[in-house]
Amino acid sequence: MAGVAIALADVEVRHPAAAVGTPSALKPLTLSIAAGEQLAVIGPSGAGKTTLMHAIACALRPTSGRLRIDGQDPWSLPVRQLQRLRSRLFLAPQVPPLPPRQRTVTALLAARLPVQSLWTSLRSLVRPVGAADAYAALARFDLGDKLWTRVDRLSGGERQRVGLARALLAPAGLWLVDEPLSALDPTRSQLVVSTLTGEARARGVTLVATLHQVDVAIAAFPRIVGLRNGELAFDLPASAVTRDHLLRLYAQFEHELAGTPPAIDDQASPAQRPPTVVVCR
Amino acid sequence: MATQSLAPALRDPAWNARVFWTLAGAALLVPMLWATEFRPWVLFEQDSLRATLRFLGDFVPPKSDAEFLRMVAYEAWRTIAIATCGMALALLLAIPMTLASTAVLSISALPGRMHALPFVIRQGIRWLLILLRSVPELVWALVFVRVVGLGPTAGVLAIALTYAGMLGKVYAEILESGETHATTTLLRNGSGRVQAFLHGLLPTNAAELTSYTVYRWECAIRSSAVLGFVGAGGLGQQLITSLKMYDGAEVSTILLVFIALVWVADWASARLRKVLG
Amino acid sequence: MIPAPPLFHLRCTACWIVAGIAMLVVASFVTLDLKWAAFVSGDALARMGRFLAELASPSVEPEFLRRLAIASAETLAMSALGTLLAVVGGLALAVPASRPVDGRRNVLRGPTRLLLNVLRSVPELAWAALLLIAAGLGPLSGTLALAFHTTGVLGRLFAEAIENTPREPADALRVQGVPGGRVFLYATLPAVLPQVLSYTLYRWENNIRAAAVLGVVGAGGLGQMLTFHMGLFQMSETGTVLIAMLLLVALVDLLSYLARRTMVS
Repeated sequence: MAGVAIALADVEVRHPAAAVGTPSALKPLTLSIAAGEQLAVIGPSGAGKTTLMHAIACALRPTSGRLRIDGQDPWSLPVRQLQRLRSRLFLAPQVPPLPPRQRTVTALLAARLPVQSLWTSLRSLVRPVGAADAYAALARFDLGDKLWTRVDRLSGGERQRVGLARALLAPAGLWLVDEPLSALDPTRSQLVVSTLTGEARARGVTLVATLHQVDVAIAAFPRIVGLRNGELAFDLPASAVTRDHLLRLYAQFEHELAGTPPAIDDQASPAQRPPTVVVCR
Repeated sequence: MATQSLAPALRDPAWNARVFWTLAGAALLVPMLWATEFRPWVLFEQDSLRATLRFLGDFVPPKSDAEFLRMVAYEAWRTIAIATCGMALALLLAIPMTLASTAVLSISALPGRMHALPFVIRQGIRWLLILLRSVPELVWALVFVRVVGLGPTAGVLAIALTYAGMLGKVYAEILESGETHATTTLLRNGSGRVQAFLHGLLPTNAAELTSYTVYRWECAIRSSAVLGFVGAGGLGQQLITSLKMYDGAEVSTILLVFIALVWVADWASARLRKVLG
Repeated sequence: MIPAPPLFHLRCTACWIVAGIAMLVVASFVTLDLKWAAFVSGDALARMGRFLAELASPSVEPEFLRRLAIASAETLAMSALGTLLAVVGGLALAVPASRPVDGRRNVLRGPTRLLLNVLRSVPELAWAALLLIAAGLGPLSGTLALAFHTTGVLGRLFAEAIENTPREPADALRVQGVPGGRVFLYATLPAVLPQVLSYTLYRWENNIRAAAVLGVVGAGGLGQMLTFHMGLFQMSETGTVLIAMLLLVALVDLLSYLARRTMVS
């Protein structure tokens, strides 16, 4: 799978639901990422890291500026071709988007849906098609024994790793990984980062990750992009990032630099109250 | 099967159960289709299709001459009236039975266990309530039509009995699931059962009781619309008469009024519950 | 001393409502031609007493019991098949009846909701009476009647369940370029499946009660036997039919309870 190249020219993004007058989540930003490159996006919370990921994944439409993916402007493509382009991009959100009652194997194989025929995807619901591949992907994240477990029986950290293992099954040339380590302990973090970077390199896939752990980012990624208040603070090779850069990037957010990422709520999804039923008996 | 050749970790543990339940479902479906004479294609056979289309063709335009409309409006009002009278009588029956069957209002149970006689009485009333609501209101209506003749009396009685059972059961559940401290304190201080109910239980649970009663009234309207099918008055009776005459235009008008009635009751009950709750 | 507020005043909504309800009740009793005299007359009471006495001595004649068993099986099959068809229909209509999560406009939503409301507002018994014209006397009309009404009920409930599911799993697949139908199957359906199953069981409990009386208009099952024997004033047979109805209802309640319990564990 060939890597995907990305070029942003003055891309600005406002959330569609944002109130008038609030600053854009992402101010005009220019950035280019070569095919097969690996880079980490760092910065304090609210810096616009997730917005940048969504913009590259074609989930949010830029308000102005130009996004090019493999030289194409996705938002000028007809819907069908946009969908085909999207199948080459894989976004792993911070909270893994896994249906609670689905089994891990099905949730994983869902990553293949964009290139599966309708018939195969139906058959796969009855009896998973490609369980061996799902097992291999899980095993890379040390979760081989959870293949047939239901997603809601997994711990928060296990769920996050399943969400990342999805990337290995997706037919994508770009992995956009949002905060992959937020629910993991340091040992698992090492395993996850080395698996992601190693697999991406082996497949020639472009890898963009946002990270709260600055030390991990600098150790594992050759290129570091710093974001603050929706603006590009720096874009440097990892070796050139100095303590001074980081202090300026995280000014007033020093506690985040110290390595305590803001906890994500390990979502026990809110108990759903069934709507009142009109049954007269 | 291909599964056999896979490594143990790759064997789907749910597969056998899925196969079993699919086969079991299919095995149950066949006799079910047979027992219900499920041959939907008879709907599309020439004769029945022609009859259906002729009947449906009469639906447009609905019959709308003044006399017929006046009659339908009158029947619609009677449907509401039957439901309302039925509910009123059901309340008259249900309230004393609820008071008599609620364990919270037991004086003998205050120091510990309830005495034998009150226990037997309470259980007896509970069984009576179960019996009243287990028999469908339509069956009660059939019985009462035989006793008092055709007309709304049978409908009112049928709703009164069935709904007395439902109200009594749910009222008792509401009263016993709520906060009972105030009531037991009153009883301990020497007040009577009815006093304890009026000053303790009722104020605590009034909102929920009213809301449930209004909701039941909405259900009673749906029921009374149907009770006419066995001759207990109201819109249902008119619908059956028109159906027997294959008069599509009349049926169409009655159905529209029917649907409107259900929607109005639905809306009114939702509003009332909002205001009173 | 502060005087107590007056019990009734013009601004008090609840007072007006109570007054309105009281008037409705009075008007209902006044306008209905209720024949209490006929009901409390010695003649009617005696007839009622005789009815109940005969009902309480149910018939156990073997030939009759055999027919009763067949009718019971028919009723059970009608309720189950009707519910099953309604689940399929309800799911099929719930998808166009729900708001799409990605904020697109859904032009089908209004008409589908209207259709569901109409299906739901017409009671099973009225559907059965209407379907007799197309499907003739017998259990097919009853089954279809149950299916129609229940489709309306379940469709609305399923649509609400779909609208209330967390949207992240579906979004993740959609942004990957997965077509809508497969997004539904892989992300939305697994999320709503527990609710679909519990609503279905709930409606089945309801439908067995409805199926038991559908025969009153000629749509098969126990109700047909009930009207037949009651029409001939054979009250001991009627009593047996009633007992069969109550047992059938209890059986379905039990099955549904067991299914619910295995689902939770």
